[in-house]
Amino acid sequence: MINLFWEFFKIGLFTIGGGAAMIPQIQHVATVEKGWLDDEEMLDCIAVGQSLPGVIAINIATYVGYRKRGLAGALMATFGVALPAFLSIIILVAVLGAIGDNRFVAGAFMGIKAAVCGLLIVSSIKLLMQMCGKGAGSRPVGKSRIVFTVIMSLASLIAVGFFGLTAVAVILAGIVIGIVYYRVESMKSSQEVQK
Amino acid sequence: MITVLKLFAAFFKIGLFSFGGGNAMLPLIYQSIQQFGKLSGSDFSDMVALSQVTPGPVAVNAATFIGLKAAGMTGAVSATIGVCLPCFLIMLIVIKLLDRYRNSTIVEGAFAGIRPVTIGLLLSAVIFMMNSVLVKGPVISADMADIGYYNPIPIAIFAVSILLISLVKMKPLHVMLLMGAAGAVIYGVM
Repeated sequence: MINLFWEFFKIGLFTIGGGAAMIPQIQHVATVEKGWLDDEEMLDCIAVGQSLPGVIAINIATYVGYRKRGLAGALMATFGVALPAFLSIIILVAVLGAIGDNRFVAGAFMGIKAAVCGLLIVSSIKLLMQMCGKGAGSRPVGKSRIVFTVIMSLASLIAVGFFGLTAVAVILAGIVIGIVYYRVESMKSSQEVQK
Repeated sequence: MITVLKLFAAFFKIGLFSFGGGNAMLPLIYQSIQQFGKLSGSDFSDMVALSQVTPGPVAVNAATFIGLKAAGMTGAVSATIGVCLPCFLIMLIVIKLLDRYRNSTIVEGAFAGIRPVTIGLLLSAVIFMMNSVLVKGPVISADMADIGYYNPIPIAIFAVSILLISLVKMKPLHVMLLMGAAGAVIYGVM
């Protein structure tokens, strides 16, 4: 329990410049280091965390905490991930100017942000590989599913990153397309079984 | 006391209706803090700047800052709990529903669609973060041909981080600590 709190406190502390920055770290801690979730659960956790309204970091902390230790675990993880944000503002406002203008602190944040960009790209590739059945310990995946997954990833990247569509629109579109695709795919495979 | 409750209600609403994480919340935060007359436009821009450079979720930073300005420490606590609570409650309900309908074809299909979209969203978040960190403006722009448009130090840190995490298999936390220290030394001394 204390463990959940402490790990999420550390994650909150290094989530600089938005919730997505926490994903490489949470992925590593929850699946590799602590074994709280397997790869597939982690994928679903990130997918659900991004799809629901509100703060992504809180969504993910609640999910992981609940899976690990029920309601109390969810509370501990959420408290842990929110506390650094709360404390840093309280402290900063108290000494405003002293830290924000410090070259060393500004440089440290610059370094962390640049590093997070790199970490996040590696995380995304890892997640994509798992979805395509290429990661360590992931389930084998059919060819049409791999094509579907890659096209959907690229399409949503282009829609949000380059055309500025909102995340909600892309997620809703993803849900609808996914349901239709799944229907078609399961119809096809049942026809093959009949043959 | 009334301000404290109003803060809670305002941030509960912000947490409830914001999709797409921290930065997407900022317009909604700006609209809803107008009722707390004490806050000026420059308070808001201070808040945005602070939230970007402080640890933790941007929305929590913003809630703490505005709560503190509007009603002191109790305001800070109440706004922070307000913004966290909807996500927490909605997530608990969704987990229960997911567990119950895990095997329905609708849920399976929805997940088949959302999972790849997640990758697209993560990578667009990277592009957003690269703006004004790795380059001096938007990543895709007419100035890309100009060598001065790129920030060499962050780009080097970015490249080294990718090597450390994928080839050396260093932990993400350690990469961030190391690169934070590198940034502090390079920018602080130069």
